Amino acid sequence: MRTLRFLLEKEFRQIFRNPAILRVIFVVPILQLLLLPWAADYEVRNIKLAVIDHDHSSYTRQMISKITSSGYFLLDQYTNSYKEALVDIEKNRADIILEIPAHFEKDLTRENEAIVLLSIDAINGVKAGLGASYLQSIIHDFNNEVRSKWIQLPRFNPEVNIDIRPSNWYNPLMNYKFFMVPGILVMLVTIVGSFLTCLNIVKEKEVGTIEQINVTPIKKYHFILGKLIPFWFLGIIILSIGLFIAWLLYSIVPVGSLFTIYVFAAVYLLAVLGFGLLISSFASSQQQAMLITFFLFMVFILLGGLYTPIESMPIWAQWFTRFNPVTYFIEVMRLVVLKGSDLSDITRHIITVFGFAIVLNTWAIISYRKRSS
Amino acid sequence: MSAVQAYGLHKHYKSGKASVEAVRNVSFEVSRGELFGIIGPDGAGKTSLFRMLTTLLLPDKGTATVDGSDIVKDYKAIRNKVGYMPGKFSLYQDLSVEENLEFFATLFKTSLAENYDLVRDIYVQIEPFKKRRAGKLSGGMKQKLALCCALIHKPVVLFLDEPTTGVDAVSRKEFWDMLSKLKAQGITILVSTPYMDEASLCDRVTLMQEGRFMTTGTPGEIRDSFKKTILAVRSADMFRLLQDLRSFKEIEDVYSFGESHHAVMKDGYSLVNMESFLASKGHTEIYIQTVPPSIEDCFMQLMQYPHE
Repeated sequence: MRTLRFLLEKEFRQIFRNPAILRVIFVVPILQLLLLPWAADYEVRNIKLAVIDHDHSSYTRQMISKITSSGYFLLDQYTNSYKEALVDIEKNRADIILEIPAHFEKDLTRENEAIVLLSIDAINGVKAGLGASYLQSIIHDFNNEVRSKWIQLPRFNPEVNIDIRPSNWYNPLMNYKFFMVPGILVMLVTIVGSFLTCLNIVKEKEVGTIEQINVTPIKKYHFILGKLIPFWFLGIIILSIGLFIAWLLYSIVPVGSLFTIYVFAAVYLLAVLGFGLLISSFASSQQQAMLITFFLFMVFILLGGLYTPIESMPIWAQWFTRFNPVTYFIEVMRLVVLKGSDLSDITRHIITVFGFAIVLNTWAIISYRKRSS
Repeated sequence: MSAVQAYGLHKHYKSGKASVEAVRNVSFEVSRGELFGIIGPDGAGKTSLFRMLTTLLLPDKGTATVDGSDIVKDYKAIRNKVGYMPGKFSLYQDLSVEENLEFFATLFKTSLAENYDLVRDIYVQIEPFKKRRAGKLSGGMKQKLALCCALIHKPVVLFLDEPTTGVDAVSRKEFWDMLSKLKAQGITILVSTPYMDEASLCDRVTLMQEGRFMTTGTPGEIRDSFKKTILAVRSADMFRLLQDLRSFKEIEDVYSFGESHHAVMKDGYSLVNMESFLASKGHTEIYIQTVPPSIEDCFMQLMQYPHE
C-alpha cells in the first residue's frame, strides 16, 4: 500500500510539474468546446448560386428573390450564358447553377408546366446534396404559391394532400449543438485517457527510467495501478470541466442525472486507460505511440457515430462500431443529456464497456513485461 | 559461494534478417567483495551482459547466479539484492534529488534514513542540491545521485554500466575513490568501462570484445602474460616518427602512447638496427627505452590480434 501511495504521489507530482500536460488538460477542452460545436454544423449555408435567366419575367424575379431571401443562398451572378456560369463553377465561385429557360412564365401559365435546370458542383457531397434539396423545396413552394394565386382553389382541396407536421422529441428545436457537444466531451475524455497514459509510460521507456523501475522488486500491478489511477482522475476532471463549459456556453444541462454520466464515465475510462496501456506496451518511442493512438483514435471517432449516424454505415462498419468503446459513450451521453435516460436504461452499455475494460487491461498487463527476451 | 557465477551466457539480437551476437558463451566468476572490471569498446556486449545479470534480459543460453540466486528462476530474489546503475542517466529528471532517492528507497521498502551510513559519503556531496530537480544537475552530480539510488537498499552486488562515460577526469577519479570505499564495506562491484586506464583500479579485469571475454585476471597477471618487448620511442618530429616506425620491419605494432610512441617489437629485434634506421630517416633527439607493458599495452595487442 505504501508503495502504491508513493507511486501515485510521484505520478501526480510529475503531472503538476509538467506545464505541457496541464495545458492539455485545461486549455484543450475549453478550446475544443469553444470552436468545434460551431464548425461541426450540419446545416449548409452560404451556398453560392449562379442564375442564368433566359426569361427575364416577373415570375423569374419573384422566384429568385424568394431563393435569395431564404438565407441559404448567396447570389453569385445573374447572367444569360451557361458558359459564363460554368466558368464560375470551375473557378469555385459558384456551387449551383440554376438555369431558367426562355418562356418560363409563358409555359407556366399556358401549359401549366415549366422546366428549370439545376447544375450542381458535387465535389463536396454534403453541400451538393443539401443545397440541391433546399433549392428544390424553395422552388416547390414557389410553385404552390403561383398555383394558389391563379387557380382559384376550392375551399376544400379536392386533391389528396398529405401535410407533414414534424415534432422533434428530446431536441425540439433540432439544435445540433445539443448532440454535438456531448459527443465532443466524449472525444476529450478519450484523448486524455488514452493519449496521456500511453505517452506517460512510453516516456519512461524512452528516458530509461522504466529500466530502473524494472530492476526493483516492485510488483507489476502496483506499477500499472500507479499509472492508471492518476489518469483516471484526470479523465473525470476533464469531463467535469467539459460539462461545466457546456452549461456555461451552450446552456446544455443534462436532462438525466450527472450521477449516471459519471458512473458510465468511470467505467469507460477504465477501458480507455487499458487501451492506452496496451499501446504503450507495444510502442517503444513516444513518436510511435503518438502515431498509433492518433490513427486508431481517428478510426474510433469517425466510426463512433459522432459525425455520421451508425445506421447509415455499411454492415461491416456497423459490426466494428460494436467493438468501439467510443460508440457506447457517445450514445450514452446523448441518451442521458438529451433524453434523460437513467442507469437502468444504459445497463447494457455499462456491461459491454466494462467487458472492454477487463479485456484491454488484462491484455495490457500480460504484455507488460519487466524483462525482455 | 561466489558473488556472481556465469556459465556459457549467450545472447543474440535479431534485427530484421541480421542477427547480432551480443554476448557469446561468456563464463566467469566474481568473488565476494571484489571490484571486477569489464573493459571493452562500445558494442562489445557489456550492457547486454549486465542486463542479463540484473534480470532485465533473458539469456538465450547459459546460466548464471548472482549471490546464489539463479538469474532466470529466482529473478525476484535478485531484484531485492542487486543495485544497477544503467549507462544512461535514468532517474526522474522532473523530480528533485531528494524525491528520487525517497522514491527508489520506497520501491525497496526502505528509507534514506535506514541506509544513510552506506550512502553518506556520496550523499553529502549532493545534499546541498537536494531540492534541485535531477534534470538540472551537472553530469558528475547526476552520476553521484544515480549511484546513491542504486545503493539505497544496501545491495549485495552492485552493477555499474559505464559509470564514468562522459564524466570529466577529476570526477572520474573521485568516482573510483568512492568505489574503493564501497568495496571496503564489503559490496561486490561489477563495473564496465570503455577506458583502459581504469583497468588497473580494479581487483580483476577482463577484456571484452565482440561478445567474448578475451582475457581475465588481475592487472598484474595480465601484464605478466605479455611476453613481448615494448620500447618507448621519442624524437623531435613525433608525427613523422610514427609513420617511419610503421615501415620498420622489426616492429610488430606501433601506436602513440602519451608522450612517446610504444613499439611492440618482434622477437630477435636489434636496437642498433632500429637506431640506425631512424638516423637514416633523419630523426634527431632520438630516445629509446624499454618499458614494462601496461594493461593498456596488453589490451591494445589483444584487440588488434584477438585470435592469437
